[in-house]
Amino acid sequence: MSGFTIASIPREELLAPGHRMCQGCGAAIVMRHLLKALGKDVIIAHATGCVEVTTSLYPETAWRVPWIHVAFENAAAVASGIEAAVKALKKKGEISPEKKIKVVAIGGDGGTVDIGLQALSGMLERGHNILYILYDNEAYMNTGIQRSGATPLYAWTTTTPAGKVWRGEWRRKKDIVGIVKAHGVPYTATVNFAYISDFYTKLKKASEIDGPTFIHAYAPCVPGWRYEPHLTVKIAKLAVQTGIWVNYEIDGDSFRVTTPVSKRLPVEEYLRAQGRFAHLTGEEVEMIQKMVDEDVDYINKLAGSVVIGPVERK
Amino acid sequence: MSTLPGWRKIPRGAVILEPGSSVRYKTASWRVLKPIIDQDKCIRCRICWTYCPEPAILELDQQYTSKSGRVYRVTYTVDYDYCKGCGICAEECPVRAISMVEEVR
Repeated sequence: MSGFTIASIPREELLAPGHRMCQGCGAAIVMRHLLKALGKDVIIAHATGCVEVTTSLYPETAWRVPWIHVAFENAAAVASGIEAAVKALKKKGEISPEKKIKVVAIGGDGGTVDIGLQALSGMLERGHNILYILYDNEAYMNTGIQRSGATPLYAWTTTTPAGKVWRGEWRRKKDIVGIVKAHGVPYTATVNFAYISDFYTKLKKASEIDGPTFIHAYAPCVPGWRYEPHLTVKIAKLAVQTGIWVNYEIDGDSFRVTTPVSKRLPVEEYLRAQGRFAHLTGEEVEMIQKMVDEDVDYINKLAGSVVIGPVERK
Repeated sequence: MSTLPGWRKIPRGAVILEPGSSVRYKTASWRVLKPIIDQDKCIRCRICWTYCPEPAILELDQQYTSKSGRVYRVTYTVDYDYCKGCGICAEECPVRAISMVEEVR
């Protein structure tokens, strides 16, 4: 650990208040801190999504850094163009070659794992010096909670309703970090703001690497996950404590879990806290527990030791 | 709203030239409950400030001497122009120094 603590967070706010993100929005917390971690010298290409529509209502913007709105599918492609332009301007001497400018692409789960996947893949393949940040609220929230490739098993959404026949989402969440890693990128990581020093350490590390890097950020959604707005940080913490979310980084070839959990809580505690899982029977909760157990086994195998422990029942 | 500029006056390409101009839009009316920080109970741990999504908790270089005689260099206050009343600050406060009270408008 680099010794980053809550006291080291810079005070300057690069995301202005007055944005229209919901009460208790998890993505808003992600955005605020990712800007603080990256600093002022960034250019952001932002895919359509919750954060994009709620922060840039014309003629006002909540961003205090250069920022461009792009369509759903091409945040990574536009960022690639910006990065190439910065390079060209440096070559022509219009920007000092010493000036450090980090190009950042931000997308939600829909704009990353579904619609923007091809552009993302191209960006990773070409090896641009870009940090891609995925804030994952596990469905298309601002258009009315439609499922995405990142929606977890059995979660209710408006397009995967829960009734007698359909029991919510029947497919598993895509392993986006695995997909990104398969491109052979130098650094990928998952972050959860409930573990704030880990969040900053990884974002700083990812932004300092010259090459394509990827951060998968957990972002709880109050209206979409159906919980009371004051519980956002509690839910984020529960996700890690139950093993549903694992904070890890893949630095080159080395895989490391950055938030070890010696004893896991049963997934039921995480599921019962959210209305999107309210329809689950005990059997279905067990199915999810089994799935999480398997995922944890896989993580432990990659880590080479038991970093995420067994479930402790009360 | 006759003060809105015409199309000849606004920048091309819908470019917004003023960073952080969303501060003109106050989100205070979204709030049902209002957080009140008890300055004597507060231990200045920075957690409420960290987890405010707006940000609507301000960290001020304002010295404060608590009733028990402790001197703090900073003071945390709520920016009631923007606070949407989510209550994360009150929930996460480790010493329960923030209470959510019904707002009388």
